[in-house]
Amino acid sequence: MSTPGNKSNDIKFLTSPKLGMQKKKYCRFKKAGIRYIDYKDPDFLLKFVNEQGKLLPRRLTGNSLKFQRKVATAVKRARHLALMPYVTDLLK
Amino acid sequence: MANAQYETTLILTPEKSDSEVSKLIKGYVKFLKTNGASIVHEETWGLRNLAYPIQKKSTGYYFTVEYEGPTELIASLELSLKRDESVLRFLTVKLDKFAIDYNDRKHKGLIGRDKAPAKAEKEKVVQPENVEEKS
Repeated sequence: MSTPGNKSNDIKFLTSPKLGMQKKKYCRFKKAGIRYIDYKDPDFLLKFVNEQGKLLPRRLTGNSLKFQRKVATAVKRARHLALMPYVTDLLK
Repeated sequence: MANAQYETTLILTPEKSDSEVSKLIKGYVKFLKTNGASIVHEETWGLRNLAYPIQKKSTGYYFTVEYEGPTELIASLELSLKRDESVLRFLTVKLDKFAIDYNDRKHKGLIGRDKAPAKAEKEKVVQPENVEEKS
């Protein structure tokens, strides 16, 4: 057990230890440098709603608060203009 | 009062013919111009399916116009849109500087189909701005 460094590195795992590790989430708007979310582009906004057309929470999308708010207003505007449904099923 | 840049999107009834629709659109654009607005850009999307029925109609003509004009103009524009029965829906949005920048790039064709030049442009634009914020 107390053998020095070399041997402890030789431990072989049955499954990769990285398997259970979650990838760090990030805000795609910050990363891509997007400053404005267009409400006239329903195909893009579709990424932020679930199958029923409801907004996805930040914990799933990884958006920062600032951009989650902007996504929400964009989706609501798109809904008003009948570009996206208010309620539906099997959207995707 | 102060001028600002706005964007109005309309949905017009599909019961009208193309020529009638374009006539209506021209009328509204003229209304904007006579009330002291300068048109930045206008776009007709054509007939589109609605995501849900409005007034029992499942399609509509979409039209977007961007303009710069006085604030008082919006109220009178929206009043006339409300009175017009051939307008199913409308939405007026005040554009902030990012929206103006985005629309500007969109008109140049940098956003949408060819995304590669758009991305390059975006990075160019964004980076100097970030530096300013930090300092």
